[in-house]
Amino acid sequence: MTDDITVSERVDATGQTCPMPVIEAKAGVDRLSSGQVLEVLATDKGSVSDIEGWAAATAGVELLDQAETEADGERVYTHYVKRTE
Amino acid sequence: MSTDNRSDAVPPDGTDVAQLRSRIEELEAELASLQDDEGDGRKKMTIIATKGTLDMAYPPLILASTAAAFGWEVIVFHTFWGLDILHEEKSEDLQLSSVGNPNMPVPNALAALPGMDLLTTRMMNRRIAENGTATIRELIDVSIESGVHLQACQMTADLMDYEDDDFYEGVEVGVGAATALKHMGEADIQLLV
Repeated sequence: MTDDITVSERVDATGQTCPMPVIEAKAGVDRLSSGQVLEVLATDKGSVSDIEGWAAATAGVELLDQAETEADGERVYTHYVKRTE
Repeated sequence: MSTDNRSDAVPPDGTDVAQLRSRIEELEAELASLQDDEGDGRKKMTIIATKGTLDMAYPPLILASTAAAFGWEVIVFHTFWGLDILHEEKSEDLQLSSVGNPNMPVPNALAALPGMDLLTTRMMNRRIAENGTATIRELIDVSIESGVHLQACQMTADLMDYEDDDFYEGVEVGVGAATALKHMGEADIQLLV
């Protein structure tokens, strides 16, 4: 699914812990126009549940996909968040 | 009965249309005023922060800044030692309290020794830095930038001899228990930390 997503902006929250990935995601979404997608990179394991919960509870935000990869021996969680309004 | 003259039309059961219209207007006005009271429909959270140790400074700020990212209206009312979180100088130097804290790496008998709080605080600050955890200062900045209302209780500020300009820029001063209660009454979520 991630192949079909056109990303307009990216925020890098790697190395940061709760609550920063969500805070950075919110700041990133605020810079988007309606319909655009933000890519959020995080190494915080909790960001998977947190960004999902945030997107579900926040108006104008939709979580499109989440992916887990490994880079330099470290897990990276990538979140795709769409601004819907 | 002509169809283009409905406003004067009297339905078969004799109900007065003009009366119904005015009742509808009344109800609409009432609804609008209720919607005003509800604000913009955003959730609201009020936190009362009373503690000023390093570990107790985190929960209110983490929840407040995250709730702001949800689009919620957030008020954090700081009182007693909670004021130290907003105190520009003191917030940089919040300590852990080792005595009576079962999570400390030292037993109580040792925890009471002079300098022990300094040591455990230093250990904690190192862990915070290594873990990439935001500092208290960073969380305050994020909170204020994202519209969280950080309030300093006037009575306890006076009690502790704190001046308005001891607090971070953006901190709201001159508020008391009634202000806190007003916000708690309007809030969907109220927490005492």
